[in-house]
Amino acid sequence: MHEDIIAELDGVSLIYHEPRRETKAVEGLDLAVRRGEFLSIVGPSGCGKTSVLSLLSGLIKPSKGNVAVLGTTPEKARPRVGYMLQRDELLDWRTIERNALLGLEVKGLLNERTRRETVDMLKKYGLGDFLSHFPSELSGGMRQKAAIVRTLAFSPELLLLDEPFSALDCQTRLKLEDEVRGIIKQGGYTAVLVTHDIAEAVCMGDRVAVFSGRPARVRRIFPVGIEGPARERRRSPLFAPLFDSIWKELSV
Amino acid sequence: MSGEHREYLRKLRRGRRAVALSRIGLFALILLLWEAGGRIGLFDPFILSSPARVARTILSLAQKGELLPHVLTTSFETAAGFLLGTLLGVGTAVLLWFCPTLEKVLDPYLVVLNALPKIALGPVLIVWVGAGAEAIIVMAILVSSVVTVMSVLAGFLEITGEKQKLMLTLGATRTQTFIKVVLPASVPTIMSALKISVGMSWVGVIVGEYLVSKRGLGYLIVYGGQVFRLDLVMASITVLCALAAIMYFAVAAFEKRISRRFGA
Repeated sequence: MHEDIIAELDGVSLIYHEPRRETKAVEGLDLAVRRGEFLSIVGPSGCGKTSVLSLLSGLIKPSKGNVAVLGTTPEKARPRVGYMLQRDELLDWRTIERNALLGLEVKGLLNERTRRETVDMLKKYGLGDFLSHFPSELSGGMRQKAAIVRTLAFSPELLLLDEPFSALDCQTRLKLEDEVRGIIKQGGYTAVLVTHDIAEAVCMGDRVAVFSGRPARVRRIFPVGIEGPARERRRSPLFAPLFDSIWKELSV
Repeated sequence: MSGEHREYLRKLRRGRRAVALSRIGLFALILLLWEAGGRIGLFDPFILSSPARVARTILSLAQKGELLPHVLTTSFETAAGFLLGTLLGVGTAVLLWFCPTLEKVLDPYLVVLNALPKIALGPVLIVWVGAGAEAIIVMAILVSSVVTVMSVLAGFLEITGEKQKLMLTLGATRTQTFIKVVLPASVPTIMSALKISVGMSWVGVIVGEYLVSKRGLGYLIVYGGQVFRLDLVMASITVLCALAAIMYFAVAAFEKRISRRFGA
C-alpha cells in the first residue's frame, strides 16, 4: 500500500445472497482514500454506496477482491475507524454526555482524561449546556452533533459518514455541513462521505467519486478545487460547472 | 397563565373528577342492586349471596382466625410463582437472544407450549411434584413464564437493526450490545410482561388450589361450592379481587419508578 493511502478497495466485488436471488451490489471497484483527505462518494440511490462503507468498516466481506484499511484488514482496523450512521441512534435513556462516551466505554478506553476531552469537545461544538439533557430534549441538528462527538471521542484514524445529514431539514443540514466539515478539517481527520446529494458532496469533499448504478463501480473522480468552508463554496463561480459535470456523469 | 389556559385546566380537572365519581358511583350502584335485589325477592340470596352476607362471612372468618392462613398461603404461592416464573421467563428470553439458532429451533415448541392450556398438565404435575404447594407454584410458573418468554423475546428482537449496527461499528461485543442497548431499551416491554405475568400467576395458583390444596382461597372457593355455601365462595372471591388488585398496583408502581429512570 502506498504510504499516503490509508484505505483501499482493490478489484472488489460484492454479491448479496437472498433465497430467491443474488444481487451484485459492487463489481470491480477500485478506490483509494488518501491520508487527511475528505472524499465524497455520490451515486444513484440504491447503487451500493453504503456497501462500500460496510466493506471499509469490515461489517461485510467482499465476494472478490481485496480491502485494506490502515495497513491491515478492515476487521482489525475497526477499533480505529469511526462510522456515522444516517440517523443519530442516540440512546434515549442516556444523557448527551453519556451518549458521547458510549464508544469509549465499549472499547474500554474511558478514563478521566478521555472523559474530559469528550466533554470539552461537546462544549466546543455548542452542546455544553446540554450535557445532562436527554436526546429527546434536543433538536435534530444538535442530536447529530452529539453523534459526531460520539464518533470522534475515540480519535478514529478514518471516518466513514453514511448520509449523516439525510434525516435533517434543509436549514439544519446546510448549517451542519458547514460545521462538520470544519470539525473534520480542523481535527485533521480522514473522512469518506457517502451521499446522493451532489451539492453536499462538492461542498464537503476535497474529491468527489462518482459511482455508476448497480453494480457500483467508480465512473470518475473529480478533484473539487474549491477551497473554504462548505457554505461559501456554493457561491464560488466554480461550483455550478462542477455540479453540472457531476450531474452529467451521474445521468449517463 | 392566560384565562384560556386556566379554563382548560379547570375542564381537565372536572373531567377527571367526573370519571372518578362515576367509578365509585358504579360500584355503589352494583352493591345496591345486588343487596336490594335479594331483599325484594328478585333472586335468591342463597344462590347469589349479597354484599351484607359477604361482609359478614369475611368478618366471621377473620374473627375465627381462619381467613389469614388462607390469604397468606395463596399470596405466598402467587408471589413465588410470579417471581420464579418471571426469572425463568426473562432468563430463557435472554438465552434465546444470545443463541439465534436455538431460538429458531425452539420457536415451534414455544408456540405450542403457549397455545397449550397449561391447566391440562395439572394431573401430571401432581404425580411429578406431589399434591402440595409445590405443584401449585409449579403450575403458576408454567402459566406465567411462557407468556413472559414470548413477549420479552419479541421485545428483544424488535431492538435490532440500526442500533445494533451502531454497536457493531463501535466494536461492541454481543454481551455489550445486550447490556448497553437491548436490555435498557426493553425495559418497557419487560415491565408490561410483568403486569401480564402477575395475572397469569393468579390463574395458575387458583387452578392449582382447585386441583390439590387443603388451604388457600382457591380451596375455600371449591369447598364453598361443594357444600353449597355461596356466601363463602363470594367472600373468597372478594378477598381474591382485593389481593390481585394490590399485587397489580404494586407491580404497576414498580414499573413507573423503573420507567422513569429509563425515560421510556
